[in-house]
Amino acid sequence: MKFLLRRIGFYLIAAWASVTLAFIIPRLMPGDPAQAMFARFKRKLEPEAMDALREAFGFTDAPLWQQYFTYLQHVASGDLGISISYYPASVGSVISTALVWTLFLAGVSVVISFAIGTWLGILTAWNRNGWLDKIAPPILVFLGAFPYFWLAMLFLFLFGFVLGWFPVRHAFSPDLEPGLNLAFMWSVTTHAFLPAGTIVLATLGGWLLSMRNTMIGVLDEDYTLLARAKGLSERRIMFNYAARNALLPNVTGFGMALGFVVSGSLLTEIVFSYPGQGYLLIQAVRSLDYPLIQGLFLTITLAVLGANLLVDIVYVWLDPRARRG
Amino acid sequence: MRRLLENRQAAAGLAVLVAFTLMALFGPLLVGDPTAFVGVPLAPPSAAFWFGTTGQGQDVFAQTVAGAQVTLVVGFAVGISVVAIGAFIGTAAGYFGGWIDDLLGLLINVFLIMPGLPLIVVIAAYLPAGPVTITIVLIFTGWAWGARVIRSQTLSIRDRDFIAAAIVSGESHLRIILVEILPNMTSLLVSSFIGATVYAIGAQVGLEFLGLGDVSKVTWGTNLYWAANDAALLTGSWWTFVPTGLCVATVGFALAAVNSAIDEIANPRLRAHRAFDEALAEAGVEKGPSTPVIRRRKTSTR
Repeated sequence: MKFLLRRIGFYLIAAWASVTLAFIIPRLMPGDPAQAMFARFKRKLEPEAMDALREAFGFTDAPLWQQYFTYLQHVASGDLGISISYYPASVGSVISTALVWTLFLAGVSVVISFAIGTWLGILTAWNRNGWLDKIAPPILVFLGAFPYFWLAMLFLFLFGFVLGWFPVRHAFSPDLEPGLNLAFMWSVTTHAFLPAGTIVLATLGGWLLSMRNTMIGVLDEDYTLLARAKGLSERRIMFNYAARNALLPNVTGFGMALGFVVSGSLLTEIVFSYPGQGYLLIQAVRSLDYPLIQGLFLTITLAVLGANLLVDIVYVWLDPRARRG
Repeated sequence: MRRLLENRQAAAGLAVLVAFTLMALFGPLLVGDPTAFVGVPLAPPSAAFWFGTTGQGQDVFAQTVAGAQVTLVVGFAVGISVVAIGAFIGTAAGYFGGWIDDLLGLLINVFLIMPGLPLIVVIAAYLPAGPVTITIVLIFTGWAWGARVIRSQTLSIRDRDFIAAAIVSGESHLRIILVEILPNMTSLLVSSFIGATVYAIGAQVGLEFLGLGDVSKVTWGTNLYWAANDAALLTGSWWTFVPTGLCVATVGFALAAVNSAIDEIANPRLRAHRAFDEALAEAGVEKGPSTPVIRRRKTSTR
């Protein structure tokens, strides 16, 4: 319990740091983003409405610390301001639909990649120098050396355009109404196949190698030898003794990887025009929609922090030592 | 260093890196102006244009060769800076301990947990586009990786007797860190330099692909940006993006090969494993899965 409390404290500090960073960055930069932002607005708004908005965005003439506290208040109450490019929709509402798609894409691909990679790691460590051990690691490391989005481009080109096996853009077919029916779910699956597939391929190598390395270390431990001496079945030694202990570093890595995959999936989303956070972020950057950029950065960061907290809970469940410490 | 060259993996990796460095140094002089419009747009590879032409009729081969320059310079610059900052903060945290370590450790962890790319995109969106901006942004978001490994290595070195001896003999803190601690983690410094360079090249190419770099410059990232913008995929012009991607991956793979070779040389445990495996292979026996007990293949339980 103490361990979890300490972690929660850390996440709170990290969350505060990123919220503050999102406040500082626009104000540190050369030029005045506020000005650029309002210049865009001018064409659409009356001067009185402009002043009200200026206030709403926190770009007032008040001293910096006062602006900071108003900003913190707004963030704490979930008010991220108003999007410029989707005016008059609020940033929150624009983001929430996109967030679902990103969480779906990144979540599914991380879980698949983790499961397959760890499984392959167990197998390759168990049969060291077997055929799988000779083939899988080098190929996956080589694939991992490519930039995510480049693999995505190649796959899009091969399977989307040349072979035409999969749809090439968006998260579902435009002539379907979102709902819990088979046609819609099938459409979502086929649309997610290529983006998720490229993320899985690019990240599989990391899971495999770290699992393989820890597992090889664990197989050298005395308790594995004892288990063998007791005459336990190979299966039992492999999973209950070796794999379970070797899994811990991989679980810790899971949280870190989530940040990576969310980052990487931003690029993948752009290649596949997948309507998630990344696609939205790049559009926000291109149209200088600063409130949206800020809001996206905050939601992505908080989502990663939240996921890490979940991972810590799983860790406590897996490792009894963490419960006592 | 000699052991590094004797290692086949490392030698191959280094050879590739040297080849690419030479290409980045002298290539742009040989291929002429990569932005010149020389042919029909989107022509497939031919004798005149080995890698075909871009959507604007530029020579893809020239762009691929010339693009290496900026990309590699930014990559190595970020790599060196990340290690330098990491060494500074990491050794300070590990060596002084106490509240300094608590504070720096917290800072490191906060930077580690923040998803890098969104932060990079946000910062890059506010700054004027260009390689210098990208370098600064990548250092800002990447330094924590170096600092973390160097800090934990410093912690383990700090407890050794020779550090205690240095403190007793009255050496200054700075001298202990520079002369006693840092030289003892050379291989770690090199491998974090390589790791940071791989990260920098990947992130830089990604940023420029998004159009957050200076799109008028020829780099590997902007090559891909233009390929995507000129509808390379729709028209089936694979040659506009495949060469650049292969270059990025080859450099990354070569760096990874050198890295794992260094690991093998510096880590006695891996070296012992390898020597043991080789001895077994020579004797024609197979190693059991868990213990150093040597068994014959036929009696193996598997």
